[in-house]
Amino acid sequence: MNQKEVLQTDALSVGYSKKIIVDRLTFSVSAGEICTLIGPNGAGKSTVLKTVAAQLPVLSGNIALCGDSLSLLQEKDISRRLSLLLTQKITAERMTCGDVAETGRYPYTGTLGILSAEDKKIARDAMQLVGASHLYDTDFRQISDGQRQCVMLARAIAQQPKILLLDEPTSFLDIGHKLHILSLLRRLAKERQIAVIQSLHELDLAQKFSDTVICVHNGTAERIGTPEEIFSGDYISQLYEIQNGIYDPRFGTAEPSAESGEPEIFVIGGGGAGIPVYRKLHRMGIPFAVGVLHENDLEYPVASALASAVITEKAFEPVSEDAVRKASALMEQCRQVICFISSFGTMNQRNETLKNQAVDSGKLCTEFAE
Amino acid sequence: MEKRRMLRVSICFIGLLVLAGLFFCLSLMSGSTHISPASVFGILTGRPADAASVRILTDIRLPRTLSALILGGGLSVSGFLLQSFFRNPIAGPFVLGISSGAKLTVALLMIAALQHGFVMHSSMMIAAAFVGAVLCMLMVLLFSGKVRSMAQLVISGVMIGYICNALTDLAVTFADDANIVNLHNWSKGSFSGADWQDIRAMTLLVFAALIGAFLLSKPIGAYQLGEAYAENMGVNIRRFRLLLILLSSLLSACVTAFAGPVSFVGIAVPHLMKGMFGTAKPLILIPAAFLGGGVFCMGCDLIARTLFAPQELSVSTVTAVFGAPVVIYIMLHRAKERSTS
Repeated sequence: MNQKEVLQTDALSVGYSKKIIVDRLTFSVSAGEICTLIGPNGAGKSTVLKTVAAQLPVLSGNIALCGDSLSLLQEKDISRRLSLLLTQKITAERMTCGDVAETGRYPYTGTLGILSAEDKKIARDAMQLVGASHLYDTDFRQISDGQRQCVMLARAIAQQPKILLLDEPTSFLDIGHKLHILSLLRRLAKERQIAVIQSLHELDLAQKFSDTVICVHNGTAERIGTPEEIFSGDYISQLYEIQNGIYDPRFGTAEPSAESGEPEIFVIGGGGAGIPVYRKLHRMGIPFAVGVLHENDLEYPVASALASAVITEKAFEPVSEDAVRKASALMEQCRQVICFISSFGTMNQRNETLKNQAVDSGKLCTEFAE
Repeated sequence: MEKRRMLRVSICFIGLLVLAGLFFCLSLMSGSTHISPASVFGILTGRPADAASVRILTDIRLPRTLSALILGGGLSVSGFLLQSFFRNPIAGPFVLGISSGAKLTVALLMIAALQHGFVMHSSMMIAAAFVGAVLCMLMVLLFSGKVRSMAQLVISGVMIGYICNALTDLAVTFADDANIVNLHNWSKGSFSGADWQDIRAMTLLVFAALIGAFLLSKPIGAYQLGEAYAENMGVNIRRFRLLLILLSSLLSACVTAFAGPVSFVGIAVPHLMKGMFGTAKPLILIPAAFLGGGVFCMGCDLIARTLFAPQELSVSTVTAVFGAPVVIYIMLHRAKERSTS
C-alpha cells in the first residue's frame, strides 16, 4: 500500500438495504489531496459518502481507512480518523458556536465527556483557523448559514481527522463563503496532510479546487481523473445529461440553448463588447447571427452557444473574403445590424466592409433598440 | 464567558438546593396539624416528642415529601431523556402516552389482585408499570419511524394515551365497585400513601436510573447534534437508543407505579431548567432536572394539600396549572424562532 493513501475502496457497492445505488467503486484518496464527487442529483454521491463514513453498511467490496478495513474498526477508531460535515442543519439547543466546535473533541474525552484545557485549546484553534473566533460565545442558532458552515467545519477540524468528509459543503452559501470554505479545505489538505473527500454541485469550483474528480453516473464511477481530464470536451454535458444548453468546461460557465429560427439581427462582433448584446437578444427571445468572429475571440464561446448562426474565421488569420461573403449574405436576411466596433485592426479589416455595407443599406444602429 | 457560565450554573444549583430545603421543611410542617419547625427538627434528630406528632411526621409526611422529591425528579429526568431522544421539546412520558400505558397495566394488575385476593407488593406494581411503559414506548417508536414531524409524533402519543385511558376505564367499570376506590385515587395521581418499603424501592430504582442517565451524558450530548454526527463521534447508536428507551421507561414506570400518572412535570421542568441554567448540556441538566423536578413536585404537592385543606386536590391538577403554560410558551417560542431563522 502506498503510505500516503489514507482512504481506499475496492469494488465497493453502496445503497440502501440490498438496493445497490452505486457499485464497482474503486478509488483511493491520499493525504493532502482533495477528491471531489460530482454527478447529477440522485446519482448516489451522498450514499457513497455515508457508506465511507460507516453510516450505511457496505453492500459488497471493501473500504479501508488508513490501511485498516472499515468493518474491523471500532466506532472510536473511526471517529479519530474521519470527521464529517453534512448538509442537514443541526438543532443545537442552547449551544454557543464554541460548544458546537468543542463537540469535535468527543472521541478524545473520557466517560463523562469532560473537556481538558488541551481540548478547549484545540477547539479554539479550529475556530480561529476558519475565521470564526469572534463567534465563540454567540448562540449557534443566531448566526448565518455561511457562518454556521464555518463553525461546523471548525468542529470537524477539532476532531483532528486524517480524512475529512463533506457532503455539499458549499450548497446554500453565498459565493464569498463558498470560496472561503474551499480555500480553507485546500489549506487544511496541504498544511495538515488531511485527505478531503467531498461532493460538490458547483462544477466551476470543483474544477478549481480538486486534485481528483470522481464522476458518479449510471450507478458507477463513470470516470475518475484529474480536473484537466474530466473537464474537457463535452463530457460534463453528457454527465449531467444537459438538454437545454451547454456547459463550457474552459470557463466553467453554463449557457442556455440558442433560440431557434431565422436570425433577425446581425451582430458584427469581436473583442468582448458584443457579449452583453448576445445575452440581451437571447433573453428577449430574438434569434440572431454573429460574424465574422475569430475562433479565439473572447466572444466566441458565448456567441456559439447563444446565436443561431456564427460566421467564423480561424484563429490568428485575417478575416477571409469567403467568410465576409457568407456574413454578408446572412446580413441581407436580417432586419437590423449592430456593431460596437469603432476601429478595426489588421485581422478583422474586412469586418469594416461589412459595417459599411450595413450603413449603406440603412440597417446599422450603433445602439440596440427594441 | 467560561467563568460567567460556571457562576450561573453554581448559583442555579445553590438556588435549587435552597428551594428544595425550604419546600421539604414546609411540607413536613404543614397539614391538618401544624408541627413547628423546632419540633420537626427535634423529631428528625430523634429527640423525644409526643407520639401523635412523631407518627404523623414519620409515617405520613416524611414518606410523602420524599416520594414527591424522588418521583418528581425521576419524572423530570425521564422527560429530559425523551426530549433528547425524539429531539422534540414537548416530548414527555405523559404526552407520549407512556404514563397512560403504565397506568393501564397497573390498573389491570390491581383489579386482578383484588379479585383473586392476593396482596400487591410494590415490586409487582413497578414490574407491571414497566411492562406497560415499554409497550407504549415501543408503539410510539413504531410511529416515530413513520412520521417525520414533531406534531404528528405528539398526536400519536396523545392518542395512545387516550386508548390506554379508555381501556383502563373499561377495566375499572367491570371490576368490583367496592374495591375501586383505591384504584380511583391512585389513577388521579398522588404522592401520598407510600410506606417506607416503597420509599426504599423507589429510591433504589430512581437513583439507579439517574446514575445510568448521568453516565450517558456524553452520548446524549453528542446525540443533540443529530444522529449522523453522533455516529461519527463514535456513539454506538443502536446500543445508545436502547439504553435511553430502557432508562426513560424505567423512570416513568417507577413514578407511575407509586404516584399514578402525574402530568406536565416531564415536559415543563427540563425546559425551565434549560432556561435557568442557560445550557442543554446533559452533564449539568440531568442533575438539574432531577432537583428541579423534586422542587416542582414538592411545591405542587404542598399546594395540592394545603390550598383547600382539608379537601385535597390531585397533584396533576396543580402540576397542569403550572406546567401547561410552559408548554404553550415553548410552542410559541419555537414558532418565533422558526420564523426568524
